[in-house]
Amino acid sequence: MSGTNRMTGADAVLRSLEAEGVDVMFGLPGGAILPLYDAIARGTTVRHVLARHEQGAGHMAEGYARASGRPGVALATSGPGATNLVTPIADAWMDSTPLVCITGQVRSTLIGTDAFQECDITGITMPIVKHSWLVQDVKEIPAIIKAAFHVATTGRSGPVLVDIPRDIQEAELDFSYPDEVDLPGWRPPSKVHPLQIREAARVVALAEKPVLYVGGGTLNGDACEELLQLAEVGRLPVITTLMAKGAFPESHELHFGWPGMHGPKWSNFAMNKCDVLVAIGARFDDRVTGKLAAFAPGATIVHLDIDPAEIGKLRVADVPVVGPLKMAIAELTREVERHRSEGVPAPEAWLQKIVDWREEFPLRYDKSDELKPQTVIEKLQELTARDDVIVTTGVGQHQMWAMQYIVSERPRTFITSGGLGTMGYGIPAAIGAKAARPEATVVCVDGDGCFQMTQQELATAVLENLPIVVVIVNNGYLGMVQQWQDMFFAERRSQVHLTRQVPDYAMLAQAYGALGITVESEDELGPALEEALASGRTAVVDCRVAQSEQCFPMIPAGAAAIDMIEYGESVEAM
Amino acid sequence: MKHTISVQVEDKPGALARISTMFARRGFNIDSLAVGPTERSGVSCITLRVDCEQHSLEQIEKQIHKLVNVLRVTELVPGEAVERELLLLKVAAAADKRADLIASAAALGGRTLDLGADAVVFELTGTPEELDSFQELARPHGIQELIRTGRIGMSRPSTRRTSRRLSAIN
Repeated sequence: MSGTNRMTGADAVLRSLEAEGVDVMFGLPGGAILPLYDAIARGTTVRHVLARHEQGAGHMAEGYARASGRPGVALATSGPGATNLVTPIADAWMDSTPLVCITGQVRSTLIGTDAFQECDITGITMPIVKHSWLVQDVKEIPAIIKAAFHVATTGRSGPVLVDIPRDIQEAELDFSYPDEVDLPGWRPPSKVHPLQIREAARVVALAEKPVLYVGGGTLNGDACEELLQLAEVGRLPVITTLMAKGAFPESHELHFGWPGMHGPKWSNFAMNKCDVLVAIGARFDDRVTGKLAAFAPGATIVHLDIDPAEIGKLRVADVPVVGPLKMAIAELTREVERHRSEGVPAPEAWLQKIVDWREEFPLRYDKSDELKPQTVIEKLQELTARDDVIVTTGVGQHQMWAMQYIVSERPRTFITSGGLGTMGYGIPAAIGAKAARPEATVVCVDGDGCFQMTQQELATAVLENLPIVVVIVNNGYLGMVQQWQDMFFAERRSQVHLTRQVPDYAMLAQAYGALGITVESEDELGPALEEALASGRTAVVDCRVAQSEQCFPMIPAGAAAIDMIEYGESVEAM
Repeated sequence: MKHTISVQVEDKPGALARISTMFARRGFNIDSLAVGPTERSGVSCITLRVDCEQHSLEQIEKQIHKLVNVLRVTELVPGEAVERELLLLKVAAAADKRADLIASAAALGGRTLDLGADAVVFELTGTPEELDSFQELARPHGIQELIRTGRIGMSRPSTRRTSRRLSAIN
């Protein structure tokens, strides 16, 4: 036990955060959390980043978590402050991002009376948190904060919420921070069953056409080095989901793209034709599998996950392995190595087959007089290839092009909203990533629709000295919705036109004190990106791209992976 | 197929809400639910009756097990567990027509709790099937009010326990 001393609940929250090693928190004050903000004013070692909207604070905390591997912390007041955190909490839930949200609540005596700015935030968030606490006694604060961080970061990571009534922030306690958590019902898997590992290794090593289907759990489980070992020892092809982009170096000869709706044909062919599919921290999401019954038909499924509930949720696992992935992959590697050293051959012919598919069906698009969105991303990649760069994105076409054309070489350098598909994630996530990794260049590849959902956080970036470069792939449309309307609703465009001119993004950036540049042609693109990247300032590069470019290849929702539509093919042709 | 799941939870605010929210959000239906204290202070038992396939049952068990306040999840396997429900039944029966009802209730181990001018209240504890049959017996007389508690159960010490703990996989 650390030494005890008398303090308010609000001070106890800060001393607890400090004890957890938190260096940055993101938030916005309000009535019910005034005591905590007063404690911040009186002094803490934790840097507070003032967001312009609680949703921004939440996504910043997520971006911080994804860039650093440490839990993100977001603060908000009661009522609307707390409900504005609901989207980031849901986002963190879907993408298993460790997030600790602390909300103010009306005084205990007013709870249940429909008091000003009262809302039942623990009730509202119940389906989207790992756990939540409504603090009822000031003496519980240290133990609850300790438990909150423990639950957020152990097992399958995810969001938690601590709701603290104002009077409890003001009440006093003798503070001491516990060394242990007392959670008898929380026992995430800590070991891996050796027999399951042996069976998994046998299946993987003997496979003629294996594929490692790698998901975001690999990053959350800090298992990327182990994954590299496994792939190299077994000579196993790696396909990383959107959430796992960067978990395996993408220039590596064993990396074969990304699965699913907008993954390249070679990746989806490999997934479809494999005889053994090794799902590692991946959850058979519908955007990956397409029609589930036609996904990797006939393949033997080996499924490694820290969360037992993911095993068999959507696809029966022939060989389930539950446990921490770092440990599981390391042990699997040792066993696969044994098989290889005993003469079980590596699947060289299969690797060559996927290489052949890659050469036969490359990603492609046609250039034209108009600036193409793919060109914007390709240029950005070219200019940042040698830098320590973190890319965040919004959600939509630009996100899929970023997946296809950004080459992520290191873990935690591609940060995007996968499961929830939260438009507006990119800018605040970039700010959070910059707070976590100030030495890195942080670029947000954004859409014009996404930009307008969280653009107010440019003020945060400028004033908190967290410079980010926002590259807007501005086609003047809610592009992915437009693409679906064009493809599946007989080109009836319904409420998707935003225009490329309003707002004038460069002028808007300048209004926020950021650098703003408009790009109308390919000639202007390189210099503009170079200027923005070199400026060291928050910059917005408004790239006005072709308005009707569609993102391909594409597996229509509910279709089988092999029925994908390639660039230049019409829907009718399928 | 119907299954009985017994969940031991820490007696903390929101524990029941978290379980019922999980059922609602993942689209599982609860047939009956009973909550009460156990032999351990601070620990409650929630007994759920659900109608689902084996695959869904495994998902339910695993999802419940992930909840922080949940200590143990067990399926009560038919034949290896005793399961009981309590029925309170108000039946319309004038004084001259109630004798055989009272006799049937007594034969099933039930009790007559109240006799009114036009109606009788019975209490019956038993297996759900026993309660069903008494309910059917009473129906022609005119059931005015009926409440059942939802079943509770525990494993039989007399049989070898195969009742599965979740964590089966790990």
